[in-house]
Amino acid sequence: MKTTQQLEKQLKRHSKAAKLEIWGKVVSFSALLLIVAVVVGIIGFVASKGIATFTSNHVNLWDFLTDKKWNPGITDANGKPEVGALPMIVGSFLITILSAIVATPFAIGTAVFMNEISPNKGAKILQPVTELLVGIPSVVYGFIGLSVVVPATRAIFSGSGFGILSGTCVLFVMILPTVTSMSVDALRSVPRYYREASLALGATQWQTIYKVVLRAATPGLMTAVVFGMARAFGEALAVQMVIGNAALMPGSLVDPAATLTSVLTTGIGNTVMGSLQNNALWSLALVLLLMSLVFNLIIRLIGRKGRLQ
Amino acid sequence: MSKKRWWQAIGAVIIVALGIFAYQTRQVSHAGESITAVGSTALQPLVEAAGEQYTGEHLGTFINVQGGGTGTGLSQIQEGAVQIGNSDLFAGEQKGIKSAALIDHRVAVVGITPIINPKIGLKNLTTQQLIQVFTGQVTNWRELGGANVPVVLINRAQGSGTRATFEQFGLTNHRSKTAQEQDSSGMVRQIVATTPGAISYVAFSYVNSTVRSLSLNGVRPTEDNVKTNRWRIWSYEHLYTKGQPRGLTQRFIQYVQSPAIQKTLVRQLGYLSPDQMKVERDVHGNVTRLEGGKS
Repeated sequence: MKTTQQLEKQLKRHSKAAKLEIWGKVVSFSALLLIVAVVVGIIGFVASKGIATFTSNHVNLWDFLTDKKWNPGITDANGKPEVGALPMIVGSFLITILSAIVATPFAIGTAVFMNEISPNKGAKILQPVTELLVGIPSVVYGFIGLSVVVPATRAIFSGSGFGILSGTCVLFVMILPTVTSMSVDALRSVPRYYREASLALGATQWQTIYKVVLRAATPGLMTAVVFGMARAFGEALAVQMVIGNAALMPGSLVDPAATLTSVLTTGIGNTVMGSLQNNALWSLALVLLLMSLVFNLIIRLIGRKGRLQ
Repeated sequence: MSKKRWWQAIGAVIIVALGIFAYQTRQVSHAGESITAVGSTALQPLVEAAGEQYTGEHLGTFINVQGGGTGTGLSQIQEGAVQIGNSDLFAGEQKGIKSAALIDHRVAVVGITPIINPKIGLKNLTTQQLIQVFTGQVTNWRELGGANVPVVLINRAQGSGTRATFEQFGLTNHRSKTAQEQDSSGMVRQIVATTPGAISYVAFSYVNSTVRSLSLNGVRPTEDNVKTNRWRIWSYEHLYTKGQPRGLTQRFIQYVQSPAIQKTLVRQLGYLSPDQMKVERDVHGNVTRLEGGKS
């Protein structure tokens, strides 16, 4: 009798492994909860602050997105505050798209070299180089941009040298390693037998790369580019140092312009919490946040399409 | 097993009890007293240096000085999040600040001067010409007798105290046209020094040989001219407290305002002491001559 009870107890009790199992689940689940809470908190906070411009300061959303004058401290002739974010939105997109256009061929070229043409050298030399580039802090890029790129642009195009062109040059170098390493992953995931079949049909290596490998890897490559664009869009410090921070519609690539991030970093210290100037900056932050959500969605969409093929 | 548990539980209770006892009876005295001052980057070097000296002389106190900008300083002090808010502006000039609750302690005066790239070759402008340059009516320095280079405006960020002072007194309340903006004086000086045709404005202490400061209407930007208000572009540097300061805050502000600091540190760092001023200016910009002219 006693032995069966003991046996029952022993069997019903959680073993050490089972306890560890529960413990592990609790830890990982609470980590997940924390991250979700942080994300929801940030989005909620930025949204509540950013919407205040339109609810409590009664700024028209359409005016905010299409007006070209950014002087939140000043009201125009009609008594409306001048909070037109269009110059910054245009600046952000222009610099993002341009740097992506410039970076993509270089990134894909490097990736092709590393993966198809000379995998040995690629792994030995290029891999560490790209990894190193990822690790350089953005302020260093900005500083180099300020002391090399800006004077160079000034010497070639005259003017002050600050502007979208300088920003593009700096961002190009900054997103290059991201796009390159993701392109390498994309090329690597193309099955080996694709290449073998193509070569067996008598295609040259270049024909194989161009007609087979790159085509098969297109969704992955597009993901890489969009990822780079997302990084370029959100980069603040380096861009702020070279773009000139003038909230004007960019007339040419060598005129000073502004991006959403550069206006945020220069302005936030000089405004008072709860004032219109501060709320307007939060609205810019909200636009920034929404745009990075859009970039994320695009990446997901491309990923899904790639899988369907 | 259960006996071991008991001992563990008792041990834990004892440790917690000891911890609470230690916390309750910890040394509560001057030791470990600390205050935080936040705000204006123009005033930060002075408050930082004074804070360092003060904590060196009064061991166990800690004065934490942070930048962030005038707006940050004023909004933080308004919310009571810090003990001192550093500001380049009168609290009443900043939008969104209820200045009635804040008490102003003036600790320094800072003169601001227009600076240009030396290759422009000008030394003097009239106020009218300066306004024309900053509002975009003059776009090439040749029109004012300088070299044939286009004007490149460089502003401080909107809401910066230096910019507000410059626009109010240098441009007589005209607004500068939208142009590039930089968020620090050091950066402004570097850009003006290297960009042909560049013009901007910085505090006197930032002027060096790489840039040229301009006279206005024949008045040179010197400390003596600031003292008499002949050079009109200057502002007070304020330490704001919410209500009357107490404890360490009060002692520290008194320390900064004491002759020991005003005669040494304030002048060494390129500010003027409010005691040196022969005039006084109120929040609306009205200037009154001080009796006798302390010096």
